[in-house]
Amino acid sequence: MFKYFPHTPEDIQSMLDTIGVSSLDDLFAGIDLDLRKVKEFDLPSAQSEYEVRQTIKNLANHNQTFVSFLGAGSYDPFTPSVVPALTSRQEFLTSYTPYQAEISQGTLQYIFEFQSMMAELTGMDVANASMYDGATAAAEAMFMACAHTKRSKILLSESLHPRTIEVIKTYAKYRGLIVQMIKSTYQGLDMASLKAAMNQDVAGLMVGYPNYFGYLESYESLSSMLLDNKSLLIFQSDPSSLALFKTPRAWGADIVCGEAQSLGIAPSFGGPYLGYLATTKALMRKMPGRICGMSKDIDGKRAFVLTLQAREQHIRREKANSNICSNQSLMALSAVIYMSIMGKKGMEAVAKRAYDNAHYLEKALIATGRFYLVSSLPHHKEFVLRYDGDLSLLQSKWQAHGFLGGLNLDQHHCLFCAHETRSKDEMDRLVKVVGDIHG
Amino acid sequence: MVDVLIFERSVEGRVGYSIPSTTVPSQDVPFEFRRETPLKFPEVSELDVVRHYTILSQKNYGVDQGFYPLGSCTMKYNPKINEDMAKLDGFTQLHPLQDVATVQGALQLYDDMNKALSSLTGLAAFTFNGIAGAHGELIGLMIMKEYHLKRNDLRRTKVIVPISAHGTNPASSSLCGFEVVQVATNEHGCVDLDALKKVLNEEVAGIMLTNPNTLGLFERDICEISAMMHQNGSLMYYDGANLNALLGHVRPSDMGFDIMHINLHKTFSTPHGGGGPGSGPVGVRADLVDLLPNPQVRKIDNQYEWVNNPQSIGFVSGFHGNFLVVLRAYAYLLSLGKENIRQVSLLSVLNANYVKESLKTWYKLPIQDVCMHEVVFDGLISEKATTLEVAKRLLDYGYHPPTIYFPLLFHQSLMIEPTEVESKETLDAFIEVMKTIALEAISDPQLLKDAPHHTPVRRIDEVSAARNPILTMKDVLHE
Amino acid sequence: MSKVLNGLHYTKSHEWVKIEGNEAVIGISDYAQHSLGNIVYLETKEVGEDLTQFDELGTIESVKAASDILSPLSGSIIALNDEVIDRPELINDDPYGCWLVKMIIKDSNEINNLLTAEQYQLESK
Repeated sequence: MFKYFPHTPEDIQSMLDTIGVSSLDDLFAGIDLDLRKVKEFDLPSAQSEYEVRQTIKNLANHNQTFVSFLGAGSYDPFTPSVVPALTSRQEFLTSYTPYQAEISQGTLQYIFEFQSMMAELTGMDVANASMYDGATAAAEAMFMACAHTKRSKILLSESLHPRTIEVIKTYAKYRGLIVQMIKSTYQGLDMASLKAAMNQDVAGLMVGYPNYFGYLESYESLSSMLLDNKSLLIFQSDPSSLALFKTPRAWGADIVCGEAQSLGIAPSFGGPYLGYLATTKALMRKMPGRICGMSKDIDGKRAFVLTLQAREQHIRREKANSNICSNQSLMALSAVIYMSIMGKKGMEAVAKRAYDNAHYLEKALIATGRFYLVSSLPHHKEFVLRYDGDLSLLQSKWQAHGFLGGLNLDQHHCLFCAHETRSKDEMDRLVKVVGDIHG
Repeated sequence: MVDVLIFERSVEGRVGYSIPSTTVPSQDVPFEFRRETPLKFPEVSELDVVRHYTILSQKNYGVDQGFYPLGSCTMKYNPKINEDMAKLDGFTQLHPLQDVATVQGALQLYDDMNKALSSLTGLAAFTFNGIAGAHGELIGLMIMKEYHLKRNDLRRTKVIVPISAHGTNPASSSLCGFEVVQVATNEHGCVDLDALKKVLNEEVAGIMLTNPNTLGLFERDICEISAMMHQNGSLMYYDGANLNALLGHVRPSDMGFDIMHINLHKTFSTPHGGGGPGSGPVGVRADLVDLLPNPQVRKIDNQYEWVNNPQSIGFVSGFHGNFLVVLRAYAYLLSLGKENIRQVSLLSVLNANYVKESLKTWYKLPIQDVCMHEVVFDGLISEKATTLEVAKRLLDYGYHPPTIYFPLLFHQSLMIEPTEVESKETLDAFIEVMKTIALEAISDPQLLKDAPHHTPVRRIDEVSAARNPILTMKDVLHE
Repeated sequence: MSKVLNGLHYTKSHEWVKIEGNEAVIGISDYAQHSLGNIVYLETKEVGEDLTQFDELGTIESVKAASDILSPLSGSIIALNDEVIDRPELINDDPYGCWLVKMIIKDSNEINNLLTAEQYQLESK
């Protein structure tokens, strides 16, 4: 007998009798014996729970964790204890998609709250119930822009997250859409390059806010330029940053998308994360994914329900603009609990701390005399510096001291992240290693 | 305070967070970048948050509390050891871009899982870069497209999908730039071979199938179908949604499938989470391995590394998959082991047939054959109530309803999948309730028409929700 | 029983068209509105756009379904019924009174590809 299978031999016999067959094998009689000949598989032997624990802990012990100054799209935010305490509740963890609204009001309400908070952060009118991750959310934003404008070209800033760019390229390639890169340096988007690219094939432009390197570029002229061309402006933004900054909406964004992992979700070796998508009322019906709306029930009580479902894959089938079936519900719950408990003041405090920390670290690294500014743009949470020594050697020294010292962009440039969970002491110790190498 | 939004619990000045103090100096944000409107977020205490979401959870229904007969969803028990293991710092605190030398344990997990899934399915290799089932489908179709492009065969613009397929199949095909060609199914929901012959030509890139099909029946002609498709130079894609029926007994590769995706949140017990996160690993036959999305895990000189294959379809997600979900599935596989893996399918098929035989005197059984892991009824034999009414009445008895109105083949579809974790007692209790409801439909149909009576909300107005969508707190305040 | 109005032509996909000289007035049939259920949203192509017969002219959504509206004839759109676009639920009450789109017809011979009221009546049984 096995702990996940309740059937005793008596149960099985009784059930077989009801069915009218004599053995379990009879139930497979309709399947050709040829198809059933392989009976042994290259699997480990069954382990008791104690052994499973040992095996997996052993794997965990073969990994190393560090104090991280490495961002590049994945962060180690502070996760308040209430988050896992609440998300592990079985009614959230083990429940299904809320298609049966009457017994899913919990899920539907937190989705509504999540949508509200993402809309508030971005300044947009509506947000959906979440996407798989930031990169695929960006790809879906591209599909949205192309479907709405009925055009087939998307312009991407070179300063977007490289993986976002790659994923969009993959999606575009197979869908038959065209991706055109717009030159962008550490000083931001090259406006001449953008102007030259504008024509009637362009569905939209996507820029980072802040961009992959942490910089806040010049966004003022983008909205009118794109509007004149009947194209859409898409911002890819880290939502935890937006508590501090002018909203994408105020810059004229039509669609805002991105990775919301920084809202209290652990780095998790890359997943599961949390994509999000927000837009204007005008584009609401073009938005993929699940959307939850508020309504009333037959007794006049406030009630929540998945709405605008006619757009989704299970009704529109091949006419749908997306094939997305699930969202990242539990991650959205994690994020909404985080945002609730941080609240207005906490969200502002966390963003401000990241802003201050990054500036402190940048100054301290430059003060070593070995690091140099590469950009005059304002930045948030991340920044790039040029190093005049051996970056690989420095990185291994940092690692030996227990730090992930940022991301080497090339032989001389490093992308640093110093967000809210880094302390002054940690930053000082990181900088000290530089001093120790160079005397 | 019940039935309020978190925003409505807000009291100005209240806080629920704590962050360390610091002596790092404050920097001013440049004027032109300052937020133009104050952030309208809740201001609540920690206890407010705990009570709020605890109360919300009590309006939900999880597998941990009861039977979930949803067809094609495989709502099986989510083992707690899996949850525990997914909390270890040695996994949760890993940055995806860390030096490979520092994440050998994590990479080994991916590699071990790859080997296990390959063995179970007969395919050559799996990628874990698919972060949901539908995402896995899309990746599989991209591989299909790339395969033909590499052969310089530009005519392969179509994908065949049976009429009985799940909506993601045609949607994924379109997203990949394929034209969808529907093929008729016979009265068993199985692909009609003659209809298939008619649509097969040099424009067909492949076919998307699930086996058992969406009616819970095994496609007996599957080998003939794959022979036809391969003869035509087309590929066979397996939608792994129903893998629970065949796991450890029939390998998709033996049926002729070339590409497939698995739903770890179905077959491999990872939690549904209210609608995600899931994981959709994609497996392929040997000659397609180079096309798998980047990055891939390879063992080189005794060390696991990330490898970017130049022949790959490219990158398909932000990093390299929902690692913590794959981890849970791995723990599940370790617990099952080779000794128990074959029981999953046997017991789930037993359960489905038991429910089938027990309910067929009350609910129409359009197909009498032995079913696999799920059974489809076509509404009440008495026809005194609709499937929707039966489903709503089930809520009153504390059950999550089965899948309704899918597959589209029948007008009053009711699809039940009682996974292998459900005991005879659980099934008997469910069967009893279904019988009671069938009798109520005859003696007191109004009970069903007015159902549910005992849920937190009843009969939500979906029309207004779609006509005048209220989607955020902002909308509520403007109402 | 779905209502079928005389004097109109119909498509197999349940659109109706009233032909007045070289102008066509287009809507959806009683059968269509009934199948959809409560209509919540309507979207059409713009004024000035050219369509080929049976091209997609717009989409209509209810809570449970989304359907393409196909153009019964080839032509150029000259007017949209803004009132119905704003309040598509009016279609449920009066499908034949709620026109959606007016167009200038390109080729009146295409009418032969449509169904008469009697033929449509038989089709939509």
